[in-house]
Amino acid sequence: MTQKNRLAEGGRIDRAKPVSFRFDGASYSGFEGDTLASALLANNVHLVSRSFKYHRPRGILTAGAEEPNALVQLRQGARTEPNMRAPQIELFGGLVAESQNRWPSLEFDIGAINNRLSRLIPSGFYYKTFMWPASLWMTYERVIRNAAGLGRGPTEPDPDRYDHRNAWCDVLVAGAGPAGLMAALAAGRSGARVIVADEQSEMGGSLLSDTGEIDGKPPAEWVADALAELAAMPEVTVLPRTTVAGYYDHNFLTMLERVADHLPQPPQNTPRERFWQVRAKQVVLATGAIERPLTFIDNDRPGVMLAGAVRSYANRYAVLPGRKVVVFTNNDSAYHTAIDLAGAGAHVAIVDLRKAPRGAVIDAARAAGIEILDNHAITAVHGAKRVTGISVRNLDESGRGVTGPTRSMACDLVAMSGGWNPTVHLFSQSRGKLRFDDALAAFVPDKSFAAERSVGACKGSMQLAECLKDGALAGAAAARDAGFEAKKVPAIPKVASGTEGAMLPVWVVPSGQKLGRGGKHFIDFQNDVTAADLHLAHREGYVSVEHLKRYTTTGMGTDQGKTSNVTALAILAELQQAPIPAVGTTTFRPPYTPVTFGAIAGRNIGPFMDPARLTAMHDWHVAHGAKFEDVGQWKRPWYYPKGNESMHDAVNREVLATRSSVGMLDASTLGKIDIQGPDSARFLDMIYTNAWSKLPVGACRYGLMLREDGMVFDDGVTTRIAENRFLMTTTTGGAARVLGWLEEWLQTEWPEMKVYCTSVTEQWATIAINGPYARHVLGALTDDDKLGPKDFPFMTMREMTVAGAPARVYRISFTGELAFEVNVPRRHGHAVWEAVWQAGQKFGITPYGTETMHVLRAEKGFIIVGQDTDGTVTPMDLGLDWIVARKKGDFIGRRSFARPDTSREDRKQLVGLLTEDPHAVLTEGAQIVQETRPRPPMKMIGYVTSAYHSPVAGRSIALALVARGRDRIGDTLWVPRLDGGQPIKVTVTEPVFYDKEGVRARG
Amino acid sequence: MAKSTQAAAHSPLANRIGPDGNPVALTERAHLGKINLRGDAGDKAFLDGVARAAGVAPPVKANTVATAGTTAILWLGPDEWLVVTPAGGQGAMESSLTTALAGQHVSIVDVTDARTTIRISGPRARDTVAKACPLDLHPREFAAGQCAQTLLAKTDVLIHQVGDTPAYDLYVLCSFSRYLWDWLADSAKEFA
Amino acid sequence: MFLIDCPWCGPRQQTEFHCQGEAHIARPKDPDALSDEEWANYVFNRTNPKGVHFERWVHNHGCRRWFNVARDTVTDRILAIYRMGEKRPKVKS
Repeated sequence: MTQKNRLAEGGRIDRAKPVSFRFDGASYSGFEGDTLASALLANNVHLVSRSFKYHRPRGILTAGAEEPNALVQLRQGARTEPNMRAPQIELFGGLVAESQNRWPSLEFDIGAINNRLSRLIPSGFYYKTFMWPASLWMTYERVIRNAAGLGRGPTEPDPDRYDHRNAWCDVLVAGAGPAGLMAALAAGRSGARVIVADEQSEMGGSLLSDTGEIDGKPPAEWVADALAELAAMPEVTVLPRTTVAGYYDHNFLTMLERVADHLPQPPQNTPRERFWQVRAKQVVLATGAIERPLTFIDNDRPGVMLAGAVRSYANRYAVLPGRKVVVFTNNDSAYHTAIDLAGAGAHVAIVDLRKAPRGAVIDAARAAGIEILDNHAITAVHGAKRVTGISVRNLDESGRGVTGPTRSMACDLVAMSGGWNPTVHLFSQSRGKLRFDDALAAFVPDKSFAAERSVGACKGSMQLAECLKDGALAGAAAARDAGFEAKKVPAIPKVASGTEGAMLPVWVVPSGQKLGRGGKHFIDFQNDVTAADLHLAHREGYVSVEHLKRYTTTGMGTDQGKTSNVTALAILAELQQAPIPAVGTTTFRPPYTPVTFGAIAGRNIGPFMDPARLTAMHDWHVAHGAKFEDVGQWKRPWYYPKGNESMHDAVNREVLATRSSVGMLDASTLGKIDIQGPDSARFLDMIYTNAWSKLPVGACRYGLMLREDGMVFDDGVTTRIAENRFLMTTTTGGAARVLGWLEEWLQTEWPEMKVYCTSVTEQWATIAINGPYARHVLGALTDDDKLGPKDFPFMTMREMTVAGAPARVYRISFTGELAFEVNVPRRHGHAVWEAVWQAGQKFGITPYGTETMHVLRAEKGFIIVGQDTDGTVTPMDLGLDWIVARKKGDFIGRRSFARPDTSREDRKQLVGLLTEDPHAVLTEGAQIVQETRPRPPMKMIGYVTSAYHSPVAGRSIALALVARGRDRIGDTLWVPRLDGGQPIKVTVTEPVFYDKEGVRARG
Repeated sequence: MAKSTQAAAHSPLANRIGPDGNPVALTERAHLGKINLRGDAGDKAFLDGVARAAGVAPPVKANTVATAGTTAILWLGPDEWLVVTPAGGQGAMESSLTTALAGQHVSIVDVTDARTTIRISGPRARDTVAKACPLDLHPREFAAGQCAQTLLAKTDVLIHQVGDTPAYDLYVLCSFSRYLWDWLADSAKEFA
Repeated sequence: MFLIDCPWCGPRQQTEFHCQGEAHIARPKDPDALSDEEWANYVFNRTNPKGVHFERWVHNHGCRRWFNVARDTVTDRILAIYRMGEKRPKVKS
């Protein structure tokens, strides 16, 4: 197809590089430098989508991020993306796009029936219709979900890489139009670290569509010179295709860099997109302004476009979207469009809502032979899938109605301008306060909150000369505030100065008919909200703008109402007969334009989603077929199946081997803290519930740590290594928390205590040898012959050489068996583990994992903090009164024991449970009741904390927290099942199921 | 058997081969001697004692490194340092510190095996690290001779800039080291 | 994300820190002398002001030091940072 609307010359496209692409199955061609929107317009394709609710035919409205209509499904397969804005899609060879929200085709869309039925689906339709009966909500929801949304999400995994980047800078400049470029130049020349980001592929902003001269040069040439200067500054980072998306606390900003979105696919290892997190000392916002549509009847017809966008298509892309053009405006800016289009060969007429506008640009339009109908309004738009003409009438005296005869004009393009809204999104996100500017009839920045400056159009400076000056001053000032003195403010480039006539705010253009009759005045194009909808909501009593927004869905599309919010607010203000600022503003939430989940995730996927912590023996575990369990970030061996062994069988085997012979466990993950200093024992007296001062050197003691509320917080064995030195162990998951807890008390409460704490968790690899033959295995690996119970009693530590490595060996036991926990420097962990394994072969040594560890300890009734406790459990609840030294004086949590709640008699207490059916293993977390009923509610008196099959008991065992549990020993209770089966009958027992006297561990 | 002979030593990254040239190189500096030292930076006796034992006093300025020959003392906190020696030097350093600081309230803990050290160097080393490190690594803010404890790709690291190319030594807990190495190698792919 | 000026390390990103609740709550010297109500007040009750809040932060991924921060809970502006043991400064939101 030929590019019928392409001008013969001009534009910033590369005519030497034709690019072919497909839209809705048809092939077209454009040029490198085109966007999908400009290329479609070049091919005279205006109809590009169907609207959300009424399925009205829609065309390209804008030339930028604010586009509410031309949202397409871009690419296919795994790379497909919905709701992509055609004016922001750079054209590349082989691009495939499809229109959305139509069936069976864009030309013939069944859903368009909604337009005919629009009286039946007013604003709030869903709220009004789908409320009752509540039982049907599930059905309604399915219907609504089917009707909702525009495009389709991909169903295959994303094949592309995404990445992140942290950055710091002195000055971040958001936007590289005339103001932003001047700011970047001014700041850059001071030597400050500057990042200048612009969402477009080419920097220059409005200058790329502008005519005229800057410093005697065409604007684009001035832009090129500025960019060359910036590129030569080593501390300046220039980021095109980068949207500053969010502005957060303390000048933290996020940016989305579309590294490879303009390519058919990213080169290998190149991220498709990069998500920047920037901390800027100073920020200059130069984000421009967004043109407002005029709210006239059927203003949504394909071929009705924003005037600035039309100018951009003509000048920047050399595309004339129509040959016979009506420019409809309430301000001077659209006259530039009219003049440029006329210059490009279009027939142009201007319909101006203002009465007798005056000024240089109006004279210039007249001189170009353009007919100007002042004090006129468009009262009808003809054509459905493309505008074919309009009707105009004179405005009446009040300006709120029309009068006189109707004149029809044929046209194929309407270029409208309702004024400009400064793009205050980032400013507002930074907590800056807005004020309403009556001259612009728009919100502009008022008081900054953050270290930020707005410049150019986003501040309300609509003249080029002002923009350049704003930028230069703000850039230099920002650098200065960041600590860089610019030698001097750069000379402000010379441009032809112009003055603009006043604009005339007309929020709803009268059509001579009752609002809502004869056509629709669209406010929010993306969500199909009309002026009539706002009137209805007002009549129904919606006062707050936030309610109105949600009720009508104004501004709630993916465009966040960039073209609609201020107009909606103004209409509401008119209805309430209040000034616009009194009605309020809507909240501008980040991101400015949508950010992909891929970019947010970056490389935090797969193995990089969360670090995997590995012990020194990890490779051995892998080589021996271990299944792993995640414990915090640690990968711990869970069990070691042999052949096709099930987990149940493997655990049974591991338990029995450990009980009858010897087993070995990688216990390296337990937290270890070296505690030194003359006040160490005194400190431990405060931290633990029991007393430490009299613990002999070389002895170990179990300790419980409480929070100040008296609840168990962590536990572990601590050993006195020397008079003033202890080695504390913590739970695996509690290691960092406990070190932080110790530091908290030392730094914030008792700075006078002479104690230093150092984490040594990772210094040591820990091999726990458990079982009747543990001493035999250890004996085979050390020359130390004093391993007997007299020389090396239970709960002591000895230093010795084990398998050629310096070791601390602790005689402590978490299984109830004779046990030695061998600690060697991590580097030797693998070799010593292997040596233990070899030495244990003749005893059938069995490596076991965390599951077996759990069974072994549960058989002994040893608790696991966090499993058998949940932050509401005292030592007394656990039956560990013996570890609370009430006489030693104060310790953390002690006072809380006397609180009425903590000393209540009906507290939950740790007990054992034995099921009537020995094979039934209870579900951990299951509730316990005294009396069963056919269905809930039943009074719940406790819950199961641990439940396993115990191989030595030959039956199931469980630990539970039960109200007044110890009084209930011998009682029968019930555990209802989630699956609705018969409740399980249990008997309450002591929480120890094996070797109650504890002789085995002491042997 | 193993009773009398010295046990074999393994570093966690022995099996890792990383990018080895332009623009990024990764190597493991395995088993560097490391002593975690706590003491009172305001006490001259402490500073002098450390200087006697290590050849240089611990740096008092935050996030800096003092070096003497092959020994480096990295600032970790206002009363905490990491004394780094060549591999195998930790035993001698621990005893000479213990001797020199006898009678003082200090903490001298051998943490040689707790962390390993990844050296990352090359013209894109900074960009490789900066992707997921909250620290400002710009040479104006962080240069050779400086160190900092911070986060890198969700792991705690002690980062020491050792050269202007740039080159960094990343001290990371051994359990995290394979994850971090793999992350760095993946991060550097973009620049290859 | 805040930028927090660690009293030792200088400005660092919030990800390196943890907030640890209200500052200037001293542990009672003699807990037994307190009524249940007074003790509960120490253990559980905290202010939740709109405006200036004095709170403790720890540079847990950096130098591991605890310090105090005065923060405006309305704007998240950090008004003062001072070391443990130092007096609560006079600040205005």
